[in-house]
Amino acid sequence: MTSSVLEQVRSIASDLFGIPADQIDAASSPETIESWDSIQHLNLVLALEEKFNLQLSPEEIEQMKHIGDIAKLVEGKLQAAPR
Amino acid sequence: MAVENNIANLRGEADALISRDQPTGAALRLAKLWRAESSPASAAFVVSRFEKLRGRISLVPFRLAILRSFTVEPAVPLLRAAAFSTGIDLSVHVGDFNAFAQEILDPESSLYRFAPNTVILAVQTADIAPDLWRDYADMPGEAVTQAMQRVSNSMSQWMSAFRERTQATLIVHNLEQPIRPALGILDCQIETGLPDAVQRINQDIRRAANKFRGVYVLDYDGLIARHGRIRWHDDRKWLTARLPIAADQLIHISREWSRFLAPLSGKTAKALVVDLDNTLWGGIIGEDGMTGIKLGAEYPGAGYQALQRAMLDLARKGMLLAICSKNNPDDAMEVLEKHPGMLLRPKNFAAMRISWNDKVQGLREIASELNIGMDSLAFLDDNPFEREQVRAQLPEVAVIDLPEDPLQYAATLRDEPVFERLSLSAEDQQRTTFYSEQRERAHAEQTFQSKEDFYRFLEQEAEIAPVVPATLARVAQLTQKTNQFNVTTRRYGEQQIAELAAQPGSRVLSIRVRDRFGDHGLVGVSITRDQDEACEIGTFLLSCRVIGRTVETALLAHLADSAARRGCKQLTGWFLPTKKNAPAREFYQQHGFELAKQNGDGSLWSLDLAQRKIASPEWIKVSMTDGGNE
Repeated sequence: MTSSVLEQVRSIASDLFGIPADQIDAASSPETIESWDSIQHLNLVLALEEKFNLQLSPEEIEQMKHIGDIAKLVEGKLQAAPR
Repeated sequence: MAVENNIANLRGEADALISRDQPTGAALRLAKLWRAESSPASAAFVVSRFEKLRGRISLVPFRLAILRSFTVEPAVPLLRAAAFSTGIDLSVHVGDFNAFAQEILDPESSLYRFAPNTVILAVQTADIAPDLWRDYADMPGEAVTQAMQRVSNSMSQWMSAFRERTQATLIVHNLEQPIRPALGILDCQIETGLPDAVQRINQDIRRAANKFRGVYVLDYDGLIARHGRIRWHDDRKWLTARLPIAADQLIHISREWSRFLAPLSGKTAKALVVDLDNTLWGGIIGEDGMTGIKLGAEYPGAGYQALQRAMLDLARKGMLLAICSKNNPDDAMEVLEKHPGMLLRPKNFAAMRISWNDKVQGLREIASELNIGMDSLAFLDDNPFEREQVRAQLPEVAVIDLPEDPLQYAATLRDEPVFERLSLSAEDQQRTTFYSEQRERAHAEQTFQSKEDFYRFLEQEAEIAPVVPATLARVAQLTQKTNQFNVTTRRYGEQQIAELAAQPGSRVLSIRVRDRFGDHGLVGVSITRDQDEACEIGTFLLSCRVIGRTVETALLAHLADSAARRGCKQLTGWFLPTKKNAPAREFYQQHGFELAKQNGDGSLWSLDLAQRKIASPEWIKVSMTDGGNE
């Protein structure tokens, strides 16, 4: 059972923001999720870095506008540095 | 993927158990999930589920404030998840950036309004000593000395102000060394080098902390060094989010905080019970024999010897050691007594259960033999099956997971928060001796016809004294740790004891007991307060070491006698029942007190001092001293 990066990002966001994963989709963003504030954004970055063992630069963090973006960013970084 | 499935299963099981109203099972799954995956996402999940269990499982509430100069928020859920998994419901208040000085100095600040049990002061070198950190290479030696003094003085002033304003405990981070000193290798050659300056500030911080009760140092520099300065830091996060710590290191700071919370919230073990085969030595003695087991100074026996060394260090801190092993007693004893690689010998163990009986039963017997509660036991076993059995049947026991690699055993034990202590009393250091004397006493008791004969034979001497600075730590420790013979189970810190003792009309007494077999040390505490011609007993407790030999009567007789001599008409006291203090339930009644009041919390008892006297047992020689009895 390999879950896609998008699914894993949704699951992490669901834990951190305290809402069910099925209420989070690629279009979810700080505008649509109330608990997604700046501290939670930092928590999300740290959780992704910890989970996927990668580093996100300030420029990349700046671009993380919604869940779909974030999954694509992570996917791109994982492919660029295969383990 | 197996691990991920396992995590998903644990989450599903926990949620199912919560909705089926099986809170204990749910809490076990959540704690297991946290041990299996201590990630930010798991932390959020574990915390949110434990919050649903509030009121349905037993949790100790604890209030922690963190004053800081940098972003700590992402470490807070990790800390709360770890706390919940060990039965602590942690509320956390985080102070504003760099507002720590105002918050400490202003008695009306949000810090004091939060009414914390404990406060962490987390300030980095770069923030408290920016001149040293940034401009060091440019500073003349005199300016370096001044900067050092400024930092040391500020720290000391903050501790002093804090101590005046609250009884809460204070934990101060010491200062970290730079990753790369400004002058390179030259920094270590000169007296006013930066590494030297930071070290000296840290010495000052420790000395200042020692001057105040309830102020402790967290070795932040040591913590960073242990995990590697370069890996610890993340400059990008520091510059964009004021978070100096890398994502994968945050867990380590939360664990270091947890090590302080364990003793501060009473979640500590008094005894460590260990397995033998593949735990204290490699292999199985019944199959491999004396020459076949792995134990010694070389690989692979060295890992087991390192574990034994870590256990000896715990014993020096007052931890009792015990054995619970499925084995032939003769085989096991031969190793314990004769194997040249053993660092631990039979005399190091306060209790042993070596048989083919199940371990749950063994642990129950050990707790009863040592006269401590099940929640005072920690259990170490290489076998995951035994660990799960104990967790499921004895959820109060702190079960420690051993890693696959025996070379990691000692580190696992040394990292475990349930063994942490914030202070050491003389009693702690001699505890194993006390218990071997206890065995002789138990043997003697069996040979007497009557209890009174036995009491006389014991030749007990009790020394009663008001609390003094030298006995504060032990008195506070007794209020925190005594569960059984304790009429009100009120917990106090050293600072609170000192303040109680200083209040007019209030008296804090300690009792020390010796007998023909040895010295029990300081084993009992009473706290009383005179008001309106009555003397009320707020605290009356006795260590389990001396229960059942009439020491309590001697102390109570002293309280009644001295209260009468001060002109009090009554001696009163509440009994507040808990799950554990049944041994004290009949205490007041047995000594002629009458029930005065009863409510949902407990019962108030009263003795008319004009009508009744309490006779001090003739077989205890009681003396009263003024100068403390440490």
